[in-house]
Formats: sequence, structure tokens, C-alpha cells
Amino acid sequence: MHSGTSALELILTGDPALYAIVRLSLIVSLSALAVSAVIGIPFGAFIALNRFRARDGVIVLLNALMGLPPVVVGLAVYLLLSRSGPLGSLGVLFTPTAMVIAQIVLVTPIIAALSRQTIEDLWVEYCDELTAMNIGPFRRVATLIWDGRFSLVVTLLAGFGRAAAEVGAIIIVGGNINGFTRTMTTAIALETSKGDLPLALGLGAVLIAIVIIVNALAWLTRRAGERIAG
Amino acid sequence: MRASASDLPIRFDGVSVSGGSVTILDRITLQIEAGAPTVLIGPNGSGKTTFLRTAMGLTRPSHGRVSWGGVEMSPPLHRAFVFQRPAMLRRTAAANLRYALRVARLPNAQHDGRIAQLLALVGLDGLDKRPARRLSGGEQQRLALARALARDPAVLFLDEPTASADPAATKAIEDTIRAVAASGIKVVMSTHDLGEARRIAGEIILLHRGRMIERAATAEFLNSPKTGEAKAFIAGELLV
Repeated sequence: MHSGTSALELILTGDPALYAIVRLSLIVSLSALAVSAVIGIPFGAFIALNRFRARDGVIVLLNALMGLPPVVVGLAVYLLLSRSGPLGSLGVLFTPTAMVIAQIVLVTPIIAALSRQTIEDLWVEYCDELTAMNIGPFRRVATLIWDGRFSLVVTLLAGFGRAAAEVGAIIIVGGNINGFTRTMTTAIALETSKGDLPLALGLGAVLIAIVIIVNALAWLTRRAGERIAG
Repeated sequence: MRASASDLPIRFDGVSVSGGSVTILDRITLQIEAGAPTVLIGPNGSGKTTFLRTAMGLTRPSHGRVSWGGVEMSPPLHRAFVFQRPAMLRRTAAANLRYALRVARLPNAQHDGRIAQLLALVGLDGLDKRPARRLSGGEQQRLALARALARDPAVLFLDEPTASADPAATKAIEDTIRAVAASGIKVVMSTHDLGEARRIAGEIILLHRGRMIERAATAEFLNSPKTGEAKAFIAGELLV
């Protein structure tokens, strides 16, 4: 009860440490989501619209990658970015950039796999019309992404959920450095283990609030879009 | 501005289309010229839709050749197709037309005027801001017709355009088809409604089991059919 009151106090008084952590968490997750969307949606569209020999294998692999264990991704990215690794010269290990990279690896398969399904369903419906209109491949992709945008919002939401809730990968590649790479999830894990429950509870409450707000915005966007575009 | 009629004549040389072991079109040879509407009739499964799709270039023949203005593998730049169940883009009625106008590379400044013109032509004025997928079946069919016309085609294919329309919508669609044909666009359409064929067609082609049974000018076909199948179809008997 006392921890809960203290947590509320931290939130309401705008505790700088708490809000710095929230700010970094949002920057990392939203950056990863943006990059993943730029890679994942066109890649999903490519698989949806093209028939090639290894297509079924790629779809199975993509679906399987949605369940990638974060700690394994964290380890792989760590090995990649560590001083002796192939990208060690970049010097980004234990920085927010490394955390973004790890989250991109986790989120991109989710975005690509769900986009592929959305766009393929729409393609089944639009195929004849767009072919009869002699629409070229790039405009086809653009049309399907635009017309599927309200379903794709849900896809992005799933990606954001994965990124925002993730702890295993970013704690390995970010190092959970106070004031530099500490995010909501890594801070909650640390503060709980230290017994500082007010901060952990405060961050937990903010995390849940963010997820609810983002979901509500996505739902409202979808409803408004359906009303306007049908 | 009317697109060039370079896609005409459309020529079928021994065209067959098969799906697995089933022959959908069977060795059809004919030529479709500019002029009054050509209407395909026949019972369900006779091959009308496949004929139209092949003539549009959407379905490739298993055997034989199709050419448009003497050219094989011609992209459908001057041809448009209205499907029996058209897919509406998830946009407003006006945005569906704007999309087709962009594809046809009409300058943006002319879009609003052309959209108003097309909506009026198919009797959908005032529905420009309505989401296309919220329109009734008949209204969607008319919007699909307007969208096809937005591409300024030389040849317009219509697959049973009034199948999902009530009598009022049917009349509106038929009036539009007549106006389109009068403007010089070659209309090739299918129907299983003999009355509609009578009202619209310049010539009628009867298909049955994928074969062209009879082709004649409308009056000749209806008044003095030459084949047993045509006589039976006109008499309202079932062709099996």
C-alpha cells in the first residue's frame, strides 16, 4: 500500500528520474518501430504479391521469427557489436543505438509477417481490378499499403507492444546504465530486485498507461478511417 | 478525349482455355469489330466470363492466339473491364474515380470536373463523399462503370453488369451503356437476360459449353435463329 502511494507520488510530481526513463524507453521503442515498419511492410508486400520457389519457406521462417527469444537476439546483437565482433568498430554497444538495433531484429519479423497476411488478403480482392487497370508493381504495393492502412495500424501496434514490453535483449546490449540506457522494463527488473518497489510500480503504471493510450489511439484511428473510407 | 481504337479488331484464332481437365472455352475463332455492342449470352457455365477475361487479356489461352488491333500481348491501355462483383477501393466514391484518373494520367487540375461528370453520367451525383464500400450493390456497379470510363477506354467489357441491380438500377446502367456505346466506345458484355440483350445488343453471340454456337445481328438472332440451341434459349428452355 505504501509502495503504491509512493509510486503515485512519483508520477504526479513528475519525478525527473522516472520521466527520463520513460522518455528513453519511448525513443528506443518508437525508433525501432519506425525502422521496422520501413523494412517490414514493403518486405511483407513483396512476399504477398510475388510467387517464387522459396516463398513458402520464407513465410514459415518469418512466422517462426515472430517468436524469437529476446535473450537470444540480445546475445546475437551483442556478439555483432562487441569490440571483437564484425560491427565492433561502430562502438555502439551499451548505447541506445544498440538497443534500437536489437528491437529492430525482434520487431521486423512481426511487422513483415502480419503485413504479408493483411496485404495478401487485400490482393486477393483487388487482383483483377488492378490488373485490368494495368497498374504497375510499385503502384500496386502503394495502393495495397494505403488501402490496408487501418489494418496495418494494428500490425504496428503489435510491433510496438513487443518493443515496449521487451527486456531480455536490451538489457544485454544496453547494459542498463543509469541515465543512459535504462528503460522502463530494465529499470523495473532492477528496482524490483533491489527492493525499490515505488519506482518499479510507478514505471509499471506508466508502461501500462502508455500501452492503453496507444491502443486507444489506434482503435480510434481505425474507427475514424473506416467511417471515412469504408 | 477518346482513346485510340487501336485495340480493335479483337481477334480470336482457335482460342481454347482449360482449367485442369475442364475445357472452358473450346476452339473459338472470331473477330470483334468497332460498332454497336456485342452481347454474349448463354447459360451459367457457358464460358461468358472466361471469354470476356480472355478478350481483355486477363486470362491467357491454353491454345490459340488473341490479338488486339493485330498485336498480341498488348497491355490493356485502351481496354477497361467491369467485373460482375467489382472490388471497391477502400476510399470514397470520388477517390475511386480519382485513382483511375491518375492511372490514366489525366492532369490533376481536370480531376474534379471529370469526377463530377462521371458521377452524373452513372446517376451517382451527390454520393462523391460516400465510402465506396458502403454503396448498395447496384450503386457499386455504377461506380465501377464510371471508374472504367475514367480510363477513357476504346473497348469496354462488362460482365453481367446488372446481375446485382434492382430494376431502377438496371435501367440506369443500361442507359449508361447505351450512351457509352453511342459515344463510340466498343461495348462487349455478357448477360443471361435475353431481354437485356434485346435492349442493348447490336449483335449477339450465343455460347454453350465453351463453344460459340451462333453469332448474328440482334434482330436476325432473335427472329430467325439457325441452331437448335439458339431456338431453345430464346424459347426459354434450359440448355444443359
